[in-house]
Amino acid sequence: MSQPVTPEISQADRERMAQTGIDFEMKNRCGSYLQMDQEIVHSDCAEAGIEVLPYKKAMEKYDWLKEYSWKIVSPEKDEVTKYVAAQKDPKGYVIIAHKGSNNIYPIQACLYLGRELIQHVHNIIIAEEGAELHIISGCSSGEHVGSGGMHYGVSEFYVKKNAKISFTMIHNWSENIEVYPRSASVVEENGVFLSNYVCMQPVKKIQMYPTATLTGANSVARFSSVVIATPGSYMDLGSRAILEGPGSSAELVTRAITKGGTIMSRGHIAGKTTGTKGHLECKGLILKDGIIYAIPEIEGSVVGTELSHEAAVGKLAQEEIEYLMARGLDEDEATATIIRGFLDVKISGLPEALQKQIDASIDEAEKTGF
Amino acid sequence: MLDIKDLHVKVGDKEVLHDINLHIGEGETHVLLGPNGSGKTTLLMTLMGYSNYTITEGTITFKGEDVTRMKAHERAKRGVGMLFQRPPTISGLKLGKLLSAISRTKTEDIPELARSLHMDKFLERDINKGFSGGEIKRSEVLQLMIQNPDFIMLDEPESGVDIENISLIGTAIGTLLEKDKHIARRKKSGLVITHTGYILDYLETDRGHVMCDGQIKCHGNPREILKDIKKHGYKECLECRNP
Repeated sequence: MSQPVTPEISQADRERMAQTGIDFEMKNRCGSYLQMDQEIVHSDCAEAGIEVLPYKKAMEKYDWLKEYSWKIVSPEKDEVTKYVAAQKDPKGYVIIAHKGSNNIYPIQACLYLGRELIQHVHNIIIAEEGAELHIISGCSSGEHVGSGGMHYGVSEFYVKKNAKISFTMIHNWSENIEVYPRSASVVEENGVFLSNYVCMQPVKKIQMYPTATLTGANSVARFSSVVIATPGSYMDLGSRAILEGPGSSAELVTRAITKGGTIMSRGHIAGKTTGTKGHLECKGLILKDGIIYAIPEIEGSVVGTELSHEAAVGKLAQEEIEYLMARGLDEDEATATIIRGFLDVKISGLPEALQKQIDASIDEAEKTGF
Repeated sequence: MLDIKDLHVKVGDKEVLHDINLHIGEGETHVLLGPNGSGKTTLLMTLMGYSNYTITEGTITFKGEDVTRMKAHERAKRGVGMLFQRPPTISGLKLGKLLSAISRTKTEDIPELARSLHMDKFLERDINKGFSGGEIKRSEVLQLMIQNPDFIMLDEPESGVDIENISLIGTAIGTLLEKDKHIARRKKSGLVITHTGYILDYLETDRGHVMCDGQIKCHGNPREILKDIKKHGYKECLECRNP
């Protein structure tokens, strides 16, 4: 088991990080990477065959990593990638699950914004042939980031033949933080890529559109997002799957609730080879006036690809609320119980510990009635 | 247990129930018969406190307390319960989780009660999602067992249920209504809507009422009324009693 993480962090900030799944005691984690602003305060992994390294150190250690850096995310993509690519002292982590390795307990990566105006990271995650890698990424900011801050994160995921990566990201920012993740993944033959995103807390703006390119035969990608937009939050979220390998498949599932904020829920599946399958699902609830703008796109360009989507935006059903009230729950309890059910997305193939972590962060929001 | 006086109920702009009077004593189970659309379910939903059933006149008194203006959960807390004919499907809400929410503290009985109704495999399923007719009714009965109300309304407990399940459901409802106790010691009361009367083979009832056009037109022995209806249909049955 890895060493406990013991940086100088206030109790309040520790609690905020814990809400994103960060376990300082390392009880159910096999490794950690902790970056506060631009300072890397912890990086290790006790699991045999899995390395967790700061980006710079990793690039020095493995010359071949050059082939994986800025390969599937272009440094010229936009202002965010240009900024990250221009850094002389790059930050971020590299996680390599070597051939055949398997972590039962996830690796935790914590990106914490305390003072800096812009926190930048460049992450590379590789699961080599047959490896299984589970990561929980908790991103949060200190309570006292008064003037606002920004997080620029570039992540490149490589899922090799018969390998699997699950990446669960839980956000707990604050009203004055802007977040711009830029990530892409390539999934080879029989590879599985699971990407889960949970954000129950306020954020000023988040914009991301992670893309998975399924190049290998029978490769699988599943994206799931569970988000609540509070007043003042602007969430522009999407996910994209490009089905290139024969028999590859993708599922994109979103549960979005607005309590006054704006959610753009985008999704795109492109079926480019015969025998591919894709399904896109977005369900939205408007609890208080806000905007949920669902933009599902499916693009089939060959005979033998099967793509579908369903999108629905609505309100809580009075019939359901009163049914629970008839069982003795008051209106607030009934409402929270139905919302909790609405947000309940079970991700097939995700380790129980991570599903529990996702459930716990949603349960935490339920305690305050969402 | 329950006293309904001069009750008038509107749904939207239309008055659906007119001048309903009904008394159900402690330990008694009554049957409500009547053709489709006569207002039976409306009466039950009104008694449960559903918000789109507006009481314009009259009172509902439950265990001596005026509950006319109370919301559904306040009535439920006082001991009113209902078996719904077509309960909603709630995505993501597991039956087991709902049962825990209903029981609040006493959750240890849930697995055993679920087994008794062959519902133990449904505790981790979304409530009513893909349930068969019999499974919906067993889920309803299970929720009532946990809720343990003093007055139970049953809206067509046999609809969509096969013979085998009717026996199981009927027996369970009998237990809920303390039919296994001596008549003098029964405290629980019930009001059953039935079309077919099959449920009466498993459930002793004390008194029957026939509803027509939003009014209760006659009262009597439930089996005799049912026999009349089966023989002559609702039309003649009501005509003979209201010439």
